[in-house]
This record gives sequence, structure tokens and C-alpha cells, in this order.
Amino acid sequence: MTERKFYASAGMGRKVQAQALVAKDGFSARYDLDRIRGVFSRPQHKLVGQSYVGRVLVLDAAKGGVATAWMLHEMKARGVVPAALVLNAVNPIMVQGAALADFTMISGFDVDITGAIQNGATVEIDPTAARPFIRIV
Amino acid sequence: MHAGELGPAVQWAIDHQIKVGRYLGAKDFVPVNQAHIMADTESLGVAGVEWLERLAKLPAEQRRVRIPTITDPRGTDFTAAARLRQQPWMLDLERRAIAALEALGVLMTDTCINYQTIMPPVRGEHCAYGDTGVVIYSNSVCGARSNFEGGPSALSAGLTGRTPRYGYHLDERRQATTVVDVVWTPQELNEWGALGGIVGRLAGDYWRVPALTGIDRVPTSDEMKHFGAALASYGSVALFHMAGITPEAQRLDDIMLAGRDVDRHRIVESDIRAFVASYAVAIDKVDLVVFSAPQLSLIEMQQLADLLDGRRASIPLLAVTSPQVKPDADRMGLSERIERAGGTVLAGMCFYQSYAREMAEANGWKALATNSAKLTNILGGYGYRPMLMSMDACVDVACAGGKVTS
Repeated sequence: MTERKFYASAGMGRKVQAQALVAKDGFSARYDLDRIRGVFSRPQHKLVGQSYVGRVLVLDAAKGGVATAWMLHEMKARGVVPAALVLNAVNPIMVQGAALADFTMISGFDVDITGAIQNGATVEIDPTAARPFIRIV
Repeated sequence: MHAGELGPAVQWAIDHQIKVGRYLGAKDFVPVNQAHIMADTESLGVAGVEWLERLAKLPAEQRRVRIPTITDPRGTDFTAAARLRQQPWMLDLERRAIAALEALGVLMTDTCINYQTIMPPVRGEHCAYGDTGVVIYSNSVCGARSNFEGGPSALSAGLTGRTPRYGYHLDERRQATTVVDVVWTPQELNEWGALGGIVGRLAGDYWRVPALTGIDRVPTSDEMKHFGAALASYGSVALFHMAGITPEAQRLDDIMLAGRDVDRHRIVESDIRAFVASYAVAIDKVDLVVFSAPQLSLIEMQQLADLLDGRRASIPLLAVTSPQVKPDADRMGLSERIERAGGTVLAGMCFYQSYAREMAEANGWKALATNSAKLTNILGGYGYRPMLMSMDACVDVACAGGKVTS
């Protein structure tokens, strides 16, 4: 079977392998998460009620306000944090938050990445490669 | 800076900016005149406050910001914290964050309406603003140039006096990608917010720039404020144009890139009514009314005082304004009129940035009425059931014990 890699236009952080949590929906730490319990809490979010802790979040676009720039750092300090973030489209806040928290994130694909990665699949992300990528292990 | 000759704070800041700039394709830096930091302690957490305190312990010559750097709302109004049932640990964390930011030379303005009260940017001015509502208003209404700068990046800009040149610092990014024909011009502030929410959902992400046509009058600053705040909240959008109204779009052609295909949409009155109604499903009683997000202008404070005269709110009614507006509202008797009617005037905080989940649990708050579309978008994730209404209707509900009649 041919291994399929999905290349991103940009990435930062370290190499990560974990189970993917996938939805065609947005992401904002303030708007979407109960950061104490480590679950999606916004009633309208497609992942509401699901734990994000230790998962690779594969989502559509960064949403919401500026708080995520601090919150990724705070979540990481408490260990209630996703393993990585994979987005079709980032906003600057996600990039700034990932930079402060030394958090793994890649974004920008030729395909809709939320349709390309199956929910629950084990994936590897390498943001340090010359062309950052995500692949199903 | 990168070599550390100006100390570790500036070295961290420029390194952070280089990482962000590389990711987002910046070729160089642009000098900025102002920075605005979002740093409420619910977002910072203990880890963020300790991180600020480490910077604050550096020698004075190594830790001070080099351009005017101001703050977004804090997580409390210390004078009202007990009434809100905020916990002592929250206040302690706030005091520590304030002390650290002050040691860095940051001006504690604690406001998200600095464009109405502190120093509005001028057209073409490059800034590093936090708070999405501040960025979108400054970019769109004032013609300034800023990206969303989260707390760490806004602080970096304060320390270095520059920011990576990407996104809305660039002419080519400021052209319209989406044209929205608005057939019905909103009247109430909540309707302006609803319009912002609809356009935000249509736009989809940060890199989209909607241009509105059909708005039949020049909106007020407060109308632009609610429209922009909701658009930024629902769509993560940082810039909009209104043809014939905002400074870069005196004609629609001014912001249309030749040869670019743009999405086109049409919004009618029923779309705005449906958006408002979507938040009223199965709510027949609310626990509190909140006017916040963005903080209220002096004019909104007067409107609220007028609506409350001779009446009595029998559920909590919170009116959240800025520390700059509050003294004027006090001096002019507006605060007293609101509080005499049972309301609570708060300053320097914003409802959703003030431990909204913990306040809900401590006070038994669940259903909430507001005229802020931005607030309705945020509070669902904090466990609230928000309802979007006009300011008049919110006051009616507050004076009817929370009962929703229509």
C-alpha cells in the first residue's frame, strides 16, 4: 500500500505521533473548549463533549479571538493540551500561541485535510521536515 | 536584539516575532507606533502570570516597552468582585499580572474601546493591537494597519517597536475577497452585531476581506463597534470595507483587485431576524442581563440610563464600561441612575474575560440576555444559554424578573 503524506505550507514545533480527532469545524481555545475538563464545550461544535487531551486535532480554520495566544501555553503547563493542531487555515493567533508554547502545528494543504484524515487514525506530524507533513501511520 | 545585547526580554521578543513572521511569510519588519495587550488572567493562567513575572524581574533597562503599550480589559473590577462572587485567588492572580505588566512599562488602560477613548489610530498607521474588536475597527473604520496580535506578540511589539510585515500591513492583503450586498440596514446595535455575525460566517477565515454594499447611511461609532466585533468573533475577520463609507473604499472599485474572482452574497432583513431568533430558542426566562463585549461607550451608558429611569431591574443587570468612560459616567450621574434602578456598573473588565464559567457556577447563572452578538458567540462554550436582544428588550426583561415575553 502506498503511504500518503499530506504536505503543509508551514509548520512549527516538534515531531508528534498520536491519534487524530477530526471535524470539519473551527478552533478557538476560548470559544470551543472547557480547558479545565479538557473537552470541547461549545454546544454547536461538532466535537462537543469529546476529550482533546493528547489528540492531534485536525480541523478546518482558526476562529475566534486572541486568547488562544496565551491559552495554549497555559494548557500545556497543566498538561491538559492536544498533542498537535492541524488546520486548513490558520490565523496569526494560532501561530503566536504555538510559538509561545513550543506547540506542534502545521497548516495549509492542497486538499481539505479534514476530509483526508480519518477520525481516530494514528497520525504522524513532522513540522521539522523541509516540507512539513502529516501522514497516517 | 537577536544576539541578546539588549537583554533577554527583547531577545525573546524578536525571536518570537521571527518565528511568527517566518510561519506567515513576512519578509521583514514594520515599525509600529502603538501596542495593545490582551492579558486577562483567565487566559494567562498561573503559567502565564509566572512567565510575565520572570520578565518583570529583569533590570529596568532591559524590561521596558519602547512604544506606548496599553491593555485590554482585565479579569475583574476589584470594587465589584465580591458582588460577582469572584474568588480571592482570581483577584490575587490579577494583582500579580498587573504588577508585572506595570514593571514592563505597560499602561493599564484595561479597555477594548481604546479607539473611542484613548488614541484612535490614523489612516495608514501601523499598530500591534490585541483584541479582535480593536483590530477590526482600527483597520476598517480608521484605516490603520494591524494584524490580530495576541498577548505575547503585542508585548513583543512593545519591547521591539516593530512587528513582522504580513497580512494587513500589506496593500495586497487589504483588497476585498467577498462582496456582500446588504439590502436592509440594521437599526439596533444587536442587529448590527447580527449582521456582523452573518458576514463573519460567510467570510470564513482570517484572510477574507468582506466589502459591504447597500448600507444606506453612515453608521455611528457604536454601530461600527458592534458590527466589527461580531464580524471578528464569528469569522476571525480583521478588516472589512463599506462602500462609500470606510476610508479605503470610497468607491467599491477602490478595493477590488482587477481580475480577482470574489464571492458574492446578499443579506436581507429576514436573514438578520433569523440570526437573532436563532439564539432565542426555548428560553422563557433569563438569569441576568449583560451589556459588555465591547465595553460601553459614554453614549451607550446614557442610552441605558434613559431606559432604566423610573424602573427597577429585578435580576442582575451588568453594564460594563471602560475605566476612561466610568469617571465621566459617574460625573454626569449616569452610573448613579443605572445603579438606582438595580443595575451594576463595572469598569475595566469584560464579562467573558472575567472567569465567566466560574461566575456562572457561583451565581447559578445559566440563561443570559445581551445586545452583544459577540458575547452570544462566546458564551455558549462557557456553559451559558445566551439570548440576543435589543438594549430596550434587555431592559424590559430585566425589569420583568427575567421573563421573556416574546
